[in-house]
Amino acid sequence: MASTIRVRATATGDTTEVQALIQHPMDTGLVKDAQGQIIPAHFIQQLTFEHNGKTVFLANWGTAVSKDPYVKFSFKGANKGDDLRISWVDNKGATDNTTAKIQ
Amino acid sequence: MFRTILCPAFAALAAAALACVAASAIAASDKADPKTNAGINPVADATAFRKFFTDKFPKVKLEEFVNGPYSMDEDLHKQWEEKEQFAPYEFALETGKDMFSTPFRNGKTYADCFPNGGIGIRQNYPYFDEKEGKVVTLELALNRCREANSEAPYSYVKDEMASLTAYMAFTSRSKPMDIRIPNDPRALEAYENGKRYFYTRRGQLNFSCATCHVQSPGEHIRAEILAPALGILNAMPIYRSEWSGMGTTSRRFITCNSQTRAVPLEPQSDEYRDVEYFLSYVANGLPISGPGARP
Repeated sequence: MASTIRVRATATGDTTEVQALIQHPMDTGLVKDAQGQIIPAHFIQQLTFEHNGKTVFLANWGTAVSKDPYVKFSFKGANKGDDLRISWVDNKGATDNTTAKIQ
Repeated sequence: MFRTILCPAFAALAAAALACVAASAIAASDKADPKTNAGINPVADATAFRKFFTDKFPKVKLEEFVNGPYSMDEDLHKQWEEKEQFAPYEFALETGKDMFSTPFRNGKTYADCFPNGGIGIRQNYPYFDEKEGKVVTLELALNRCREANSEAPYSYVKDEMASLTAYMAFTSRSKPMDIRIPNDPRALEAYENGKRYFYTRRGQLNFSCATCHVQSPGEHIRAEILAPALGILNAMPIYRSEWSGMGTTSRRFITCNSQTRAVPLEPQSDEYRDVEYFLSYVANGLPISGPGARP
């Protein structure tokens, strides 16, 4: 399957703007399905953006974040062509990562 | 708490609506004769429909109406432009593309069922099938394609159907809607039936489709801004933030019905097919903008 992470990182001057969209159900554990059974909690706990091995953005998430979350932030010190590695870990231990080139 | 605030608002809206709809109902019964179809004039309807919206919103460009609530509110438009840079329907689009190119078990594909291999044809749906004597929508055609190739049909209101139509709409983006009404009395009747459905009040709130989408576009309904009926289907299917997911045209009709506390029809029932035909016809010439994103 294709990656669950879409990312776009653009450098303008010394600032890099990063946008990312992650496909994840982000179930809170408070919702019931059509049969009345609780849908177990299933959410991303940690999201990390690394530039040249250095963490530039780290998020500790809980159930309050929406399904298919979207993140936007900017940081300084990266150049065009650098690698940006994005990874997440959810409460069931599942994980995914991708590496994007800064444009 | 919400209810106490909203009730007077609804009451006022309904009262104001009454006069207008009563007048149009009388006019319609004067004109339309079901036996001969005399007085049904889709061309004049479409011109009048368009004129109503361009007169009501002189600042909105004609092709902007397909962007629904975003054409009605500047701030919302700005938020949307930002959102479009990384659109929430991207996952559905990718899934749809994969599904569309994956062959069925018999080796055939969706492309075999459609003109031009299914690419760039969204603007021609729904069409009137003269053999069947009924309106055929894109969703219906997709499921018929599946059944003809011995695959189980998809639910009309779930993600698979929305992903497929999202991909097909994407390949047709900016093409002008091009719905034809063939020279067949049944086609005119289907059109008129769709128009009637659109203007008929129903449900506990006694709303017609037109109450919200002709009379009140740009107004708030709770936190949402109502979309204009002109070109409303050009953006289908849509990712709705409220749903946290994609919705098909069928899902949109059903939800509209239940929100006015009417009993929704079965997806792809004759009335829904006809109202899709009517709404698409009056939007002829407006660009396809689907898949769309809505709050």
